[in-house]
Amino acid sequence: MLSVTHTEEIEFSPALLAQFSEIVSRYPEGKQKSALLPILHLVQAEYGWVSVPAMDKVAQFLSIEPIEVYEVATFYTMFFLKPQGKYVLEVCRTGPCCLVGAEKIMKYIEQKLGVKEGEVTADGQFSWRGVECLAACGFGPVLQIGPEYTFYENLTEEKIDKLIADLKG
Amino acid sequence: MGRKLLIEHINVPGINTLEVYRQKGGYRAVEKALKTMSPDDVVEEVKKSGLRGRGGAGFPTGMKWSFLAKPEGVPRYLVCNADESEPGTFKDRHLMTYIPHALIEGMIISSYALGANVSYIYVRGEMMPQIRILEKAIAEAKNAGFLGKNILGSGYDLELYVQPGGGAYICGEETALIESLEGKRGNPRIKPPFPAIAGLYNCPTVVNNVESIAATVPIINDGGEEYAKIGVGRSTGTKLISASGNINKPGVYEIELGVPVEEFIYSDEYCGGIANGKRLKAVVAGGSSVPILPANLVMKTANGENRLMTYESLADGGFATGTMMGSGGFIVFDEDQCIVRNTWNFSRFYHHESCGQCSPCREGTGWMEKVLHRLEYGHGKLSDIDLLVDVSKKIEGNTICPLGDAAAWPVASAIRHFRDEFEWHVKEPMKSQSTNYGLANYAKPIEKAVAAEEK
Ligand SMILES: Cc1cc2nc3c(=O)[nH]c(=O)nc-3n(C[C@H](O)[C@H](O)[C@H](O)COP(=O)(O)O)c2cc1C
Ligand code: SF4
Ligand code: FES
Repeated sequence: MLSVTHTEEIEFSPALLAQFSEIVSRYPEGKQKSALLPILHLVQAEYGWVSVPAMDKVAQFLSIEPIEVYEVATFYTMFFLKPQGKYVLEVCRTGPCCLVGAEKIMKYIEQKLGVKEGEVTADGQFSWRGVECLAACGFGPVLQIGPEYTFYENLTEEKIDKLIADLKG
Repeated sequence: MGRKLLIEHINVPGINTLEVYRQKGGYRAVEKALKTMSPDDVVEEVKKSGLRGRGGAGFPTGMKWSFLAKPEGVPRYLVCNADESEPGTFKDRHLMTYIPHALIEGMIISSYALGANVSYIYVRGEMMPQIRILEKAIAEAKNAGFLGKNILGSGYDLELYVQPGGGAYICGEETALIESLEGKRGNPRIKPPFPAIAGLYNCPTVVNNVESIAATVPIINDGGEEYAKIGVGRSTGTKLISASGNINKPGVYEIELGVPVEEFIYSDEYCGGIANGKRLKAVVAGGSSVPILPANLVMKTANGENRLMTYESLADGGFATGTMMGSGGFIVFDEDQCIVRNTWNFSRFYHHESCGQCSPCREGTGWMEKVLHRLEYGHGKLSDIDLLVDVSKKIEGNTICPLGDAAAWPVASAIRHFRDEFEWHVKEPMKSQSTNYGLANYAKPIEKAVAAEEK
């Protein structure tokens, strides 16, 4: 679901716009729509999620219809359509990781953070969710944290404690 | 020790840099191809090598390349499939993380063979670190004159770009990947036309897996015939296997095709045996989409022959008693694992990842997930088991892309081989919540499994 929490227009910074233009240059003339996914990743890295005003602005930049951006942003699971915690812990919940304890790790994270899957902690620092196989099955349980998608492998409860303490700084 | 052609130097410090990669013989294949071979010569070598696509389908790479249409004045594209999302598979990430230049070098050779002047590597979006690694490697290669205009004075131009995906398993399917690269939802296209005729931007396109492309490097260095000497029959060369689950040494192994499965599981060179001294219950040999095998069909075929890590031997017995090489995602289950739970988990995955275009897949995967959930949690009926088989049959072969089959096979095969465990979940709903069915008869001599199949 798209959620509109603010309706004012968004202005992308010149630095961000320069990155957008570089991406567009990778495709043949007239095929600038190919830049959509890379640009949405940059938008999410900048704002933490992808809002409707941001998508409208991306549409404008790429000379495509806003609906073309919405249909893509809603299809791909990596794009957050509402605000998240500063750190989103995405834990693999697929078969091979479950053979080595992913379900227990998810329960532990839920209990440790005190919020359900998809919810944000009161201080706005954390949210978490289960995601599908992250191509690290030999090193499970595993989680990733965007926007650089750093991996934390062979997770244990102690490692989770340390990770959360480190992120809190 | 088997020969290693792709990751031999993986532990050499700095092998991710161009400098060290070159010290270890890197980019020799590009020099050889661009300076001494025509594009058709390169295609010929790849044909001779017998290399089969490492992305899952196992289609001969050289043959696929020779299907590429070459109309005058129309650009052609090579797109590398680095979407790697098949549960159990993590070899491409491994290769790109540690030896990115092996992929870049392979991309140059392959693009040259196909006459592509712009090529893309489509990497799953979650592999942001690998995207950075590849971009750095591309910049290094370009600096050294292996990319860009007039490479090594050959007159051949190539630009290489990395494209991130957005977290959708279906984008590993080649036409969905092309749609995604065009900035759209990852909805697979109806074929024909095949990408070789009308792919990216409606131009002739080849989509190849990371490992297939990297394999062209040793093929050009040593010649296709040398490569074909490794392996057994039509399973030539080496293959990266991602090993996960309840084993002592999970990780990525490069094997010579033809290694016995037993050796792969139990020898210290590979998986090092089942973890915690447990016994083997089952194996999914080629990523979540291929049929699961009970222990008694893992090491031996139904005919009692040793099962080998080859396309043919893994498939021996068809779906009744065999499986598939797939992407080489080798998932090992010990005696404590619950097959019903795993089957439910996998079907939840396919339901989640269905693009929703065709109703048998969209609805069927949802039903299977729901019915399996109820069996796993002790609310199932005996008739649910046949219902699952029925639904899986109705999906299989009735969809636009093979995701439907990939969702159906794990369910059908789990019931084929482990029906008694599914029945136990119905008959002992309370017990099945607190304990596991265990190894039961799955490691007993083979007659047992065949009998289960026939009933
Ligand atoms: C649902 C689905 C997912 C797939 N995922 C991948 C993948 O992640 N990586 C890959 O190389 N091939 C994947 N494939 C296979 C590709 O469609 C295609 O056959 C392959 O990239 C061709 O490369 P190859 O000939 O080098 O194997 C997938 C196929 C399907 C149906
Ligand atoms: S089989 Fe499933 S994933 Fe493939 S096109 Fe149909 S609905 Fe989409
Ligand atoms: S199953 Fe968790 S990374 Fe593959």
